[in-house]
Amino acid sequence: MQSYDPRVNRMELPSNEDGKEVLQSEENWETYEVFHQKKRGDQHIHVGIVHAANPEMALILAKESFGRRRQTANLWVVKSSQVHATDYENQDMFETTPEKTYREASDYYCMDRIRKYQQEHGIADRKGERRKKTEAKSK
Amino acid sequence: MYGTTFIDKNKPVKNILEGEDPVKLAEFEARITRGEKIEPRDWMPKEYRRQLIRMIEQHAHSEIIGALPEGTWITRAPGFRRKLALMAKVQDEVGHGQLLYSAAETLGKTREAMINDLINGKSKYSNVFNYPAMTWGDTAIIAWLIDAGAIINQVTNSKGSYGPYCRALERICSEESFHLKYGHDNVVYLATGTPKQRELVQDALNRWWTPIMHFHGPPDKISAHTQILMKWKVKMASNDDMRQQFLNEYVPKIWDLGLTIPDPNLRKNEETGKWEYTEPDWDEFKRVINGDGPCNKERLQVRRWAEERGAWVRRALKKAEAKYTVPLA
Repeated sequence: MQSYDPRVNRMELPSNEDGKEVLQSEENWETYEVFHQKKRGDQHIHVGIVHAANPEMALILAKESFGRRRQTANLWVVKSSQVHATDYENQDMFETTPEKTYREASDYYCMDRIRKYQQEHGIADRKGERRKKTEAKSK
Repeated sequence: MYGTTFIDKNKPVKNILEGEDPVKLAEFEARITRGEKIEPRDWMPKEYRRQLIRMIEQHAHSEIIGALPEGTWITRAPGFRRKLALMAKVQDEVGHGQLLYSAAETLGKTREAMINDLINGKSKYSNVFNYPAMTWGDTAIIAWLIDAGAIINQVTNSKGSYGPYCRALERICSEESFHLKYGHDNVVYLATGTPKQRELVQDALNRWWTPIMHFHGPPDKISAHTQILMKWKVKMASNDDMRQQFLNEYVPKIWDLGLTIPDPNLRKNEETGKWEYTEPDWDEFKRVINGDGPCNKERLQVRRWAEERGAWVRRALKKAEAKYTVPLA
């Protein structure tokens, strides 16, 4: 066989007709989940996985896979087997979350009450002049 | 860079949904209709899992095998800047292979099993990589036009329904844009250079036109099977639609350089807005994809050689107590 790649012609290529399973199971080790921090002060964000025999190797491969082009400040690797996650099947446990408006700042508005009280009790409206101006402008 | 998906036409349609829980199937389909992504541990129909593994795995193999014809030219690149850029491109392709193997792995097939199936010819890869890159001009045409075809395919597929595949594709597409610009720059440089350089790139275009036309796969008939896969957002566009999109974007750019495309029938029908062309030799396509191309044997032997040569290092690093866990995302 003559290849267009001179290096290939110098190799002793194995015959490939015996159907041998060249890789044994778990020969590519475990997987590590990779977290990427773009710049100092940012959150680390999950970007993918690497296969590695140990954390040091996982960090080297994470740098090659996820830090070779984009700006990178820091990388974390965590064994996939060490990540505990909620189950998508149990999505209903988050269902009432959007109803909890009492957790939101926007749910607390009491100026109407203050103004009503001020009018009833003759207390000057400290920001009255400014409010009139803005209201006039918006008209 | 990668071309097409191959729908298994032999699988009887009536068996596709056999044994699936109708309630879960309805929930699954409703989720996809709402535009939500499917994540690895979600319930999914067997056929969805099977098709995705096959598709993503073929895509991953294509990236790895695709690095070989171009990698050949790293040692012979014309000048240091071109050499650096080609090394970066080839490293990207191998990196894309890694991202895609990871995405396929989340569906339950191990990377070792995928590589074994590649080496033993059980799973396919993009047919174009069974052709050799004979000159530097070929690498320029591959980097520009094969990658252009791949971007069209990948952008289309990145809107699919399987979360890990979409995430991998988005990352891949952003890197492919460098490949495309790099390839275009190479072709422009040759096409606007000396008569000899023009000849080099024209010859490469002549050689690669058939593989380029093969790239998105044979025209697919809309069968019941493909309709299900389209509903599940596994297959996102027909092969012919992607080929039309490619021709529409790139033929004018090729003609801008005064290069000749070796198809006298190639023209845009202004009434239909579609490109007309001579159908490439689909018998050749079938022959090559089934093993009888100029480089099939070499590609798989080189992969096996590399895996066998590295085996002792991998096995030395392996720890007996380490247990494989399917990655999360």
